[in-house]
Amino acid sequence: MNTTALLALDALLVFSLLSLAVAALATHDARRSVILFMAFGLVLAVAWGRLMAPDVALAEAAIGAGLSGALLLAAVHEQPRRALSGDSRPGHNRAHSSFKVALEWAVTLLCVAVAGVLAWALAAAFDRTPKDVLAQAVSDNLAASGVSNPVTAVLLNFRAYDTLLELAVLLTAVLGIMAMGPERRGYRAAGPVFDGLVGWLVPVLILMAGYLLWVGAHAPGGAFQAGATLAAAGVVLRLAGQRSAGLPPWRLLHLTVAAGVVMFLAVGLSLLALGRPFLGYPPAWAGALILLIETAAMLAIAATLVLAFLGGRPAESHLNFSKEKRQC
Amino acid sequence: MIDALSSLFIVAGLGFYLAGSIGLLRLPDLYSRLHALTKADNLGLGLLTAGLALHAQELLIALKLILIWLAVLAASAASAHLIAQHVRRRETSS
Amino acid sequence: MSELVAVSTLVLMFSLFLGLLRVVRGPGAGDRMLAMQLIGTTGVGLLLLLSLMLDQTALIDVALILALLAAVAAAAFTSQELETGDD
Repeated sequence: MNTTALLALDALLVFSLLSLAVAALATHDARRSVILFMAFGLVLAVAWGRLMAPDVALAEAAIGAGLSGALLLAAVHEQPRRALSGDSRPGHNRAHSSFKVALEWAVTLLCVAVAGVLAWALAAAFDRTPKDVLAQAVSDNLAASGVSNPVTAVLLNFRAYDTLLELAVLLTAVLGIMAMGPERRGYRAAGPVFDGLVGWLVPVLILMAGYLLWVGAHAPGGAFQAGATLAAAGVVLRLAGQRSAGLPPWRLLHLTVAAGVVMFLAVGLSLLALGRPFLGYPPAWAGALILLIETAAMLAIAATLVLAFLGGRPAESHLNFSKEKRQC
Repeated sequence: MIDALSSLFIVAGLGFYLAGSIGLLRLPDLYSRLHALTKADNLGLGLLTAGLALHAQELLIALKLILIWLAVLAASAASAHLIAQHVRRRETSS
Repeated sequence: MSELVAVSTLVLMFSLFLGLLRVVRGPGAGDRMLAMQLIGTTGVGLLLLLSLMLDQTALIDVALILALLAAVAAAAFTSQELETGDD
């Protein structure tokens, strides 16, 4: 009974995901496709839960269902009410249309071919008897890694170098965001109902972020999920009319955004100076070092995501505790 | 005994969830669909968490389940109001 | 008991699917957002049932995050931007 129920659940999940994806792409209304994409993220989070990947489900629920939705909705607001396929100016398009059609066909065929190759590879992988080499290696070395959650051990210890580079990519993204110009327009002050919601939602989100950071050592959680939850708190503040969105003042903001990479490098280089390999934690200190790096990474990720929602350089006078604010 | 009570709660919760979805599909306009939505949120999830909490291994998990229910209650009440208010404002201004 | 949980998962998934019909159809953006809220709550219920069925207590944390972030999504939809000129 259990297995048939699971099979039926899987079939319904797959069908829902596919139809949501097709519906999101097949529409001309930008707002509609954004909301369908948010629903897709929601169902995907449930799918990750079903596949017994709680860490990914946490990240998908926080980023896919919540934050990307807010980001995309804000972006869609900017555009005038207009179809996604662009305006249809007569005449000008006709000369290019056959080329466009051929290009679209070529891209579609390429996507179908890639999907086919992936499906064949996946099917072939299922046919072979699993060897579990990687999983075995992780569980053999888990005791010396400083944490008991294998996902955190891989991210922050065995493959720490990859995570350092991921944080560097995030930092580069911040540079791109800052280069886009001043921040977007803010929002009107919240009415009484929204105000009441914000009054309890923001503290709960901040608490959840701290909880996820702490629990990541021995259960699903960690810096990325915590950072996304903290960013959601900042986004809610911004939506309620708080221009600062919880961000620190200018100099401190620079430090916060770079904190992930800086902490990683600081730990790695000091270990190098002590004669150990770069980012090779001594087993006795591994747990504490991982928590230190994860805290800095959480703050950096949260600041990056809030800046992405702001859409540009925050104005100095809008940030918390800035000198200009005190003068007015 | 606990099993029977828990099963009863879960089945009742499912009933409210289905009522919410069917209401969302069949009711004529946005404002009436709001009512269907809140049935699922309040009683559907409430009964479901009650049934699951009876089965929880530790007290901490049962408390977490109740916390989830309270969070969904407060959040969905505010969200539904905000959405309806937004749509109403759009309707009366255009 | 475990059969009940398994069947309940199926029933909730079907309920979610009904909500999806409204998201895809719903004539206005407001209907779609309302359906999103229902899908969110159904997803929370599904995750709680799955946590019992698959014996993964971490899914309860996922359900909590989903509940909170669905509210954030609704807030993002309804917030009104300042007119140019206000500051």
